[in-house]
Amino acid sequence: MSQYTIKPELVAPGALSDNERLKADGDHLRGTIASDLKDDITGGFNGDNFMLIRFHGMYQQDDRDIRAERTAQKLEPLHNVMLRARMPGGIITPQQWLAIDKFAADSTLYGSIRLTTRQTFQFHGVLKPNIKPMHQFLHSIGIDSIATAGDVNRNVLCTSNPVESELHQQAYQWAAKISEHLLPKTRAYAEIWLDEEKIETTEVEPILGDTYLPRKFKTAVVIPPHNDIDVHANDLSFVAVAENGQLVGFNVLVGAGLAMTWGDTATYPRMADDLGFIPLEHTLTVAEHVVTVQRDYGNRSNRKNAKTKYTIDRIGLDAFRAEVEARTGVAFAPVRPYQFTSRGDRIGWVEGIDGKQHLTLFIENGRILDFPGKPLKTGLAKIAAIHQGDLRMTANQNLIIAGVPAAQKADIEALARAHGLIDDSHSEQRKNSMACVSFPTCPLAMAEAERYLPELVTKTEALLSKHAIADEHIVLRVTGCPNGCGRAMLAEVGLVGRGPGKYNLYLGGNREGTRIPRLLLDNVGEADILATLDGLIGRWATERNADEGFGDFVIRAGVVKPVVVPKDDFHS
Amino acid sequence: MLLSSLVAQASPLSEQQVQQLQGLVSQLNPIQQAWVSGYLAASAQLAGQVAGQVAPAAAQANAGLTILFGSQTGNARHVAEVLAKQAQGKGIVAKVVDMAEYKTSQLKNEQYLVIVTSTYGEGEPPENAIGLYNFLFSKKAPKLNGLKYAVLGLGDTSYEFFCKTAQDFDQRLAELGATPVQARADLDVDYQAQADSWSGEVIAKLEPELKAATAPSAQVIAWPGSDATAGAASQYTKQNPFAAELYTNQKITGRDSTKDVRHIEISLAGSGLSYQPGDALGVYFSNDVALVRELLLLTAIARDTPVQLAGETLTIEQALTDTLELTQSYPAFVEKYAAATGNTALAELAADKAALRAYLSERQIIDIVREHPGLLSAQQLADALRKQQPRLYSIASSQAEVEDEVHLTVGVVRYDAYGQPHLGGASGFLAERLAEGDKVKVFVEQNNNFRLPQNDDTPVIMIGPGTGIAPFRAFLQERDARGASGKNWLFFGNPHFTQDFLYQLELQNYLKRGVLTKLNVAFSRDQAQKVYVQDKLRAHGSELWQWLEDGAHLYICGDANRMAKDVQQALIDIVQQYGGKTAEQAQTYLDELRVAKRYQKDVY
Repeated sequence: MSQYTIKPELVAPGALSDNERLKADGDHLRGTIASDLKDDITGGFNGDNFMLIRFHGMYQQDDRDIRAERTAQKLEPLHNVMLRARMPGGIITPQQWLAIDKFAADSTLYGSIRLTTRQTFQFHGVLKPNIKPMHQFLHSIGIDSIATAGDVNRNVLCTSNPVESELHQQAYQWAAKISEHLLPKTRAYAEIWLDEEKIETTEVEPILGDTYLPRKFKTAVVIPPHNDIDVHANDLSFVAVAENGQLVGFNVLVGAGLAMTWGDTATYPRMADDLGFIPLEHTLTVAEHVVTVQRDYGNRSNRKNAKTKYTIDRIGLDAFRAEVEARTGVAFAPVRPYQFTSRGDRIGWVEGIDGKQHLTLFIENGRILDFPGKPLKTGLAKIAAIHQGDLRMTANQNLIIAGVPAAQKADIEALARAHGLIDDSHSEQRKNSMACVSFPTCPLAMAEAERYLPELVTKTEALLSKHAIADEHIVLRVTGCPNGCGRAMLAEVGLVGRGPGKYNLYLGGNREGTRIPRLLLDNVGEADILATLDGLIGRWATERNADEGFGDFVIRAGVVKPVVVPKDDFHS
Repeated sequence: MLLSSLVAQASPLSEQQVQQLQGLVSQLNPIQQAWVSGYLAASAQLAGQVAGQVAPAAAQANAGLTILFGSQTGNARHVAEVLAKQAQGKGIVAKVVDMAEYKTSQLKNEQYLVIVTSTYGEGEPPENAIGLYNFLFSKKAPKLNGLKYAVLGLGDTSYEFFCKTAQDFDQRLAELGATPVQARADLDVDYQAQADSWSGEVIAKLEPELKAATAPSAQVIAWPGSDATAGAASQYTKQNPFAAELYTNQKITGRDSTKDVRHIEISLAGSGLSYQPGDALGVYFSNDVALVRELLLLTAIARDTPVQLAGETLTIEQALTDTLELTQSYPAFVEKYAAATGNTALAELAADKAALRAYLSERQIIDIVREHPGLLSAQQLADALRKQQPRLYSIASSQAEVEDEVHLTVGVVRYDAYGQPHLGGASGFLAERLAEGDKVKVFVEQNNNFRLPQNDDTPVIMIGPGTGIAPFRAFLQERDARGASGKNWLFFGNPHFTQDFLYQLELQNYLKRGVLTKLNVAFSRDQAQKVYVQDKLRAHGSELWQWLEDGAHLYICGDANRMAKDVQQALIDIVQQYGGKTAEQAQTYLDELRVAKRYQKDVY
């Protein structure tokens, strides 16, 4: 498979998993998807196609709220797909926005646009007859969903930094280039969805390989000191290094990831390691070969141990770095000093160094829909209709109206206020809380997340008020399963779903996102969680040092011990 | 002779056969024994006819009474059978024949003929009468100068073409030279008493001649026919329904469906009732008590006022709840109600038949009374209403799979009109008012004109959109249980894929297991252009023609007014196009299929 000599001692032993078979049999991601589209007896996909459509940016889902009801009705689950667009750096034009706004209303079951922690948007509830038209529609406005899911490099993140517009523009361009460079080369997407002709050539995947990657792979470009994209949730991060406001190179980080599997202590969240500094010109080759090293040495036998973080823990960081250096011919220089100081988005107006105005809107849960009394979706469409700059989806599920001329600021603000997009009653706590999608659409969900978060935040606000620190906030994240979409494993207070109404409570991450929290309560309900938080918030209010965040406090106070080397101490 | 004293030496049976017979008979109750005796006598006679040994009468004048029925729901068949029994009771040789089974070449040999027929749709003959009807109106129809006949029509006065088929038969037989012995009667839904008296009169008129013409020893035993259901063994009938337990009432359309369709499971345990795929279940029901009370309130009648119904005394509330028809309105009610309440506006409306039909199309009895509340006596109200008729539902199960259960697929009639919600009588009862575990009165209505092919290798094409899928679920269960090797092709349609794909999980399973060879679906409202089953038939016309040429049996179940006609036209087009025929030849091809019992319909 590889053009490089494989060192057998670095390969994980064991028989290949079934996912490896289906990738090998899939004819470069084609499978029999095209014929499944014509099967009008089921709304779902059959056999391997169920997995293969993920590589095209879709997950088969169903409305889990009514799954049992439909079985009793002798109807299959309400199969549909969720589509995740590929939007490197999360930038979308107002014209594109208006188009996806209409598609969501006309052609999806839920009618919403969902901003996600991967800095893109998702359509939820697309029925089979609408799938192909959806891809053709997206193509017509310059958007695709190639490789936003599956065992490939997914949507590439980039810090949303409208203030330092020049540096952001440079970083964003690298995010887009990395995304393009690491895309699958198969024409399957064009053939299946866009009806492009099949060309008789022998296809190869020079970077991803013919069986693609062992597991999903996430890449980010980050501009310190802002860590909005959470470097410690990514397999590969490029940390921007600037001189005089100009991008000169990147510190390269590898091996982070937050997913784990309940009951399997060989799985754990892990923070990134530094590979070293590279100048800009080596960016693509380094990205390519971090991927090829993971491609060749990632565990293809056990998918639960297949991500880059486990490869590094198995073969060692030095061996991993040596392989990348050998393949690229680039030697990593020592890491240039960098520091992260914040993660949240700066909600409200800021002025960029170019004099343009930028409005960051807090979107609770990233869910854009017309809610009773809060017609967010209509409001954004009205803004998009007059907006002359662009829109930027953030990794915190918020939306920036970027590049507003000063003359238009008042109009846009008026629209935002009229439609509930600016709401001065939102607390700091609410703005620093986040949840994944979870029920009813996510097939992996074990407990509520998005639908539970608003209520949990309200109760947390009450605790802060009770202890007279209503203006304070705790980075609070809820995720419906241990797979990590809501990034709870980098929160000060993280809830990870175990079962209906039951969560594991993790404490002790920090505000900058550079520490993994530790388990405090196992498989508990809301009452236990709130009682625990009540006591600890009370102590924090009175015992904290100046500017000491809740996560730092619970570590200092010895409530939980910090996680230092997750492989060894996360489960201890 | 007692069976126990039967020995081989004294009978044509072997020792082993005697033992087997004794073994079987020891398990039968007296009713079952009586049935078996009749059955054996009849089948022996039939075997003789087939072999040409006994029945020399085939080419000779038939001096007995032939009673033909044209029946869609079984009512005409019941009347015909009762008439035959009455005749036989008088010592008359009488036989009852399904029109679909009747050899038209026999017609010229008949001397005494009674026709009992319903009408369906827009004045068309019922499915099993089409062959005879077309023959009589064709050039081939013989002169019938020697024939004495009587025609009884069963119908529903709320339809425009009330008893049209009976009228046509009557008129045509007269044209062909036959002599009516009794004036035709056209009876409404509440026909029983009048049918009995009409039958009595016919027999009284024919008795002297018929008795003289036939020898009493030739009396025919009534027999259930070669493919009759064993349901005849049960003591439970339309007149004496079985109080069966409701097991399951499950909605099988999605929560966003515009339709409410229920899958109903009923226990027949202990009833002795049995059925075959293709049969229907008759269901009696109770009216909504709230509706009854509102009606009494509007007419200022006390709930416990006694009324007389067919010689029985009961309270008006009981009568309205369990005996009288409240959901299906009909012209006679308007006339009687207008007269009793002195309502001249209603009386004027009732005089204009077309306007009255339009008025009644969406109105239940309660709507008429709400619009025209008036005072009348409890007895007047009871007399204005007709007796409740049981509703027939095509059975959706095979006993080969569900044993002593019977399943139905019930579309709940539910609509808003005139500012009020409306619910169908039987469907509302089954879906809303009957709790699981409660009793519902049922009987089996056999339908010998909707039967799977005897040969399990024969391919089957089933067209059943909407609740028309019901008998095909029964067919698939039966073919599956039998391990039938014949191919099965189902066409189904409904408004929306996600909401209205009835029995989707079961059908997917049949498809996966190969019991269903092909399944084509048409969801009319899932795209801008509406798509129906007939469009799917056309899209697969070539293959469908091939199946027919390979001997496939073709079945249609569901809506008679539009679907069945559109499907019929699609079939004609397909036969024409792929069979290289003219439209007329294509029609003939389908007629021949029907005569060969390869094209059967259960439409309503």
